[in-house]
Amino acid sequence: MEPILELRNLSCVYSQGTPFEHQALSDVSLSIYPGEYVGMIGHTGSGKSTLIQHLNGLLKPTSGQILLHGKDIWESKESVREAKFHVGLVFQYPEYQLFEETVYKDIAFGPTNMKLSKEDIDRRVHEAAHFVGLKEQHLDKSPFELSGGQKRRVAIAGVIAMEPEVLILDEPTAGLDPAGRDAILANIRDYHQSKGSTIILVSHSMEEVARSVERIVVVNDGKIPLDGTPHDIFSHSQELRSMGLGIPQVTQVFQRLRELGLPIQDDCVYTMDEARDVLLALAEKRGRSAC
Amino acid sequence: MLKDITLGQFFPGDTIVHNLDPRTKIIIVVLYIVALFSAQGVVTYGLMLLFLITCIRLSKVGAKAILNGMRPVVIILIFTGVLNLFYNTTGDVLVHWWVFTITTGGVRTAFFMVVRILMLISGTFLLTYTTSPIMLTDGLEDLLGPLKKLHVPIHELAMMMSIALRFIPTLIEETDKIMSAQKARGADFDSGNLLDKAKALIPLLVPLFVSAFRRADELATAMECRCYHGGEGRTRLKNLAYTKEDYMALGLGVALTAVVMVLAMGFGV
Repeated sequence: MEPILELRNLSCVYSQGTPFEHQALSDVSLSIYPGEYVGMIGHTGSGKSTLIQHLNGLLKPTSGQILLHGKDIWESKESVREAKFHVGLVFQYPEYQLFEETVYKDIAFGPTNMKLSKEDIDRRVHEAAHFVGLKEQHLDKSPFELSGGQKRRVAIAGVIAMEPEVLILDEPTAGLDPAGRDAILANIRDYHQSKGSTIILVSHSMEEVARSVERIVVVNDGKIPLDGTPHDIFSHSQELRSMGLGIPQVTQVFQRLRELGLPIQDDCVYTMDEARDVLLALAEKRGRSAC
Repeated sequence: MLKDITLGQFFPGDTIVHNLDPRTKIIIVVLYIVALFSAQGVVTYGLMLLFLITCIRLSKVGAKAILNGMRPVVIILIFTGVLNLFYNTTGDVLVHWWVFTITTGGVRTAFFMVVRILMLISGTFLLTYTTSPIMLTDGLEDLLGPLKKLHVPIHELAMMMSIALRFIPTLIEETDKIMSAQKARGADFDSGNLLDKAKALIPLLVPLFVSAFRRADELATAMECRCYHGGEGRTRLKNLAYTKEDYMALGLGVALTAVVMVLAMGFGV
């Protein structure tokens, strides 16, 4: 399969030629395939925010290429602008970028910039609002009247309304309560399943990423040292810890249980639901043998 | 790109110029400006230039940083120079063409005017380059202290100034972030005519104002929580104190100004 987005030997140096020079990315190569749900993990300052701003052409690489459908996005001025509509980026704390009088207008900002027809914009706004769980009556309110969690939904809807082929979310759940966090993650999962679009979820929480994604990319010190399925990644627990990351606590517990000799075949237990199933199966087996 | 703005930029360092009391530096800069405006001829300008260069060398700031700061005033410099060149028609005529006349007097005033502005800017830049904004406002507050007797709210003004200076980098960073976020939604800040460009600023300015007000509100609450109630009876983390070096520097500054004024007014050199 052809990758939808491809990074080739990407490097990025900030403030080149000054005393503040800083190498944020060094020789990064990465391929993202259509329909994938990728989790990007790295601690603060690892370069993940810099990396994702390259993916839609907000930052120009110092060297290397970014290919969208096999074409360099920096080929011309139009292609850079075009890339922003194909690769939607939701920044951290996106609620601070709301500016319109009504929620409807704010969600419509992206599609309007794409110069779509009125009907098309209207359809996209309603669809995007539905995806993030906003009700019809919210659309006529001022975004500044809403609660923090709702503001964030509006901001995410503003990017989803552009119907990007690749949707990148930078820590979409930062600062939300557990219920709000679960709801937003569920919304994103639903969106992924029903639209079949490619999603990149950036986070520093393994728990959060492990719950939804099918592939994890680890960013550390401006490089990508690990890239694979959650199962592959979590088997490198030692390396992850040295990068200031960890594996989900549940997974740690189960790895330890296995070490202690419990007959758990599969060591890829990432969520509480999986843990319950495994434990119940185990208890059932035990119960039967005891009888 | 926005990060390159140098406004009251401070280069930390550990030189005698950095370590002088901010009040000393402010007084010396004021004296320096007075002397600069009374200077008349080669001798007095030479003395001032010697003083300036010594200070710059001592501060280790580097001539490059000072010169970089000059860039925005180049137009004013050229304008002043050209205007003075033609306006002053004393002395011998050097060039005469159509309505333009250049005389030795014109060349002289133009030259000294440009030198004066250059030296004025270098001197004040040296102050902001070697003094942190907080020290600068502390020094100003202390120097303007006597005005408190006349019920001028000096402490409040100084506090406003330090808060404003403190938030410049924060707001620049915020602007950068909001700009990227709106660009990601297809906002276009660069193309179109003036009206389009002004309109394109709305998605940037509204969130920026909202966040500035939010920050101000949070800061006010935080200050209130720490029982801030104005300058009355307030102590400092770092008390300003004059040292031996300060007295020496002040003496030097006063002496320089006196010598320059005597030379300029008495002898006109």
